[in-house]
Amino acid sequence: MKLPPVEYEAPETVPEAMELLAEHLDEASVLAGGQSLIPLLALRLAHPAALIDINGIAELSGVSAADGWVAIGTMTREYAAEESGTIADAVPLLAAALPLIGHEAIRSRGTIGGSLAHADPAAELPAVARALDAEFVVRSQSGERVIPAADWFEGYLTTSRRPDELLVEVRFPAAGRGTGTSFQEVARRHGDFAIVGLAVSLTLSDGVISDARLAFSGVSDVPVRAAGAEDLLVGERPSPGLFDEAARRATEDLDPPADLHGSSDYRKKVAAALVRRGLRAAADNAGERQ
Amino acid sequence: MDITLRINGATRTGSPEPRKTLADFLRDDLDLTGTHVGCEHGVCGACTVIVDGRAVRSCLMLAVQAAGSEVTTVEGLAPDGELGTLQQAMWDSHSFQCGFCTPGFVMQATAFLRAHPDADEQQIREALSGNICRCTGYQSIIDGVLLAAERARQS
Repeated sequence: MKLPPVEYEAPETVPEAMELLAEHLDEASVLAGGQSLIPLLALRLAHPAALIDINGIAELSGVSAADGWVAIGTMTREYAAEESGTIADAVPLLAAALPLIGHEAIRSRGTIGGSLAHADPAAELPAVARALDAEFVVRSQSGERVIPAADWFEGYLTTSRRPDELLVEVRFPAAGRGTGTSFQEVARRHGDFAIVGLAVSLTLSDGVISDARLAFSGVSDVPVRAAGAEDLLVGERPSPGLFDEAARRATEDLDPPADLHGSSDYRKKVAAALVRRGLRAAADNAGERQ
Repeated sequence: MDITLRINGATRTGSPEPRKTLADFLRDDLDLTGTHVGCEHGVCGACTVIVDGRAVRSCLMLAVQAAGSEVTTVEGLAPDGELGTLQQAMWDSHSFQCGFCTPGFVMQATAFLRAHPDADEQQIREALSGNICRCTGYQSIIDGVLLAAERARQS
């Protein structure tokens, strides 16, 4: 269908955008890449009174590294992040997930901040952010807040961003030596939303796992960390038996939604297979990054 | 809103409502009906055009957002009525049947081959995975793009 009538604002600076947000509050939707919001409008599932288009705010795009963190401006397009040498070197888990987002033409417009603010639990970036404990920088006329990923995702398409706040930047910790990562997913067709996805980061010190992070997409209304499996892995040496046990632990409490692409039981089985695969791949490339 | 942009090498102006997509602006306001509108929510790829060098879905972009951009539509690929290398290769490979999805596939493949002239079959399949064809099937489309890449390398 065609989009409903909507007021349109195109601020050129962050203060202008914050002023508009303060004025419209939850009557407004922030338009970033538009690859999720425009379909919601076309399907008449979203009815904002105003669109605040932040595409014209140049300072919201870009990737920079400092003090062990990589900061990504909210309007950084997914294809630009895909081409970023900084992200490839310092946040390999994010680099692995980016090519799996939608299709090439979607990544031409889609943005890092847009996807994370949309917070679709089946999408790749929320799982990556949750696995790595990314930080979300939001700004409003009353100041700036930094929200950890654990507090960002509140429910289906719902974040802790207040209506007057703009997500301006997302920070990911840089991977250190001995850290291997892998993004795994099963989708019916390349570029479709995954039936289940998994972000894995594993750090090895002298052959022993010193840090383990696993976050699923597509199994709940938010991305889900597998804390039990992470605890089980730390202090151990990688082995097929350990990864089998981690897969069991990571999925025992899951109750994934069922839809026409797969039953809840099927999703649990896929999730367990992804844990085994993801841990194996992450352990392999942790060895390469010593 | 008044906008000015470059389309297929020519400067064009218009006054679309903010809610009008680039696809509808091209078709309804500028009579560039080569760009086809299928699903209207970013799933089928039929409306793919090239904006500032990258393939985008023109149903997922507002016309007002294209102000100042350089847009290429399928009409821009054969301005003198002469088929380009990709179009000729697709013609020779019987890539399409009804033709509804054709402009989207052609624009997506054009942008992709520019960036990846040495692409293999698997990469082409991935690049075109966001475009849906409901009649011919995909093999002859892939064949056409592969043939175009081969001919471009030879010339």
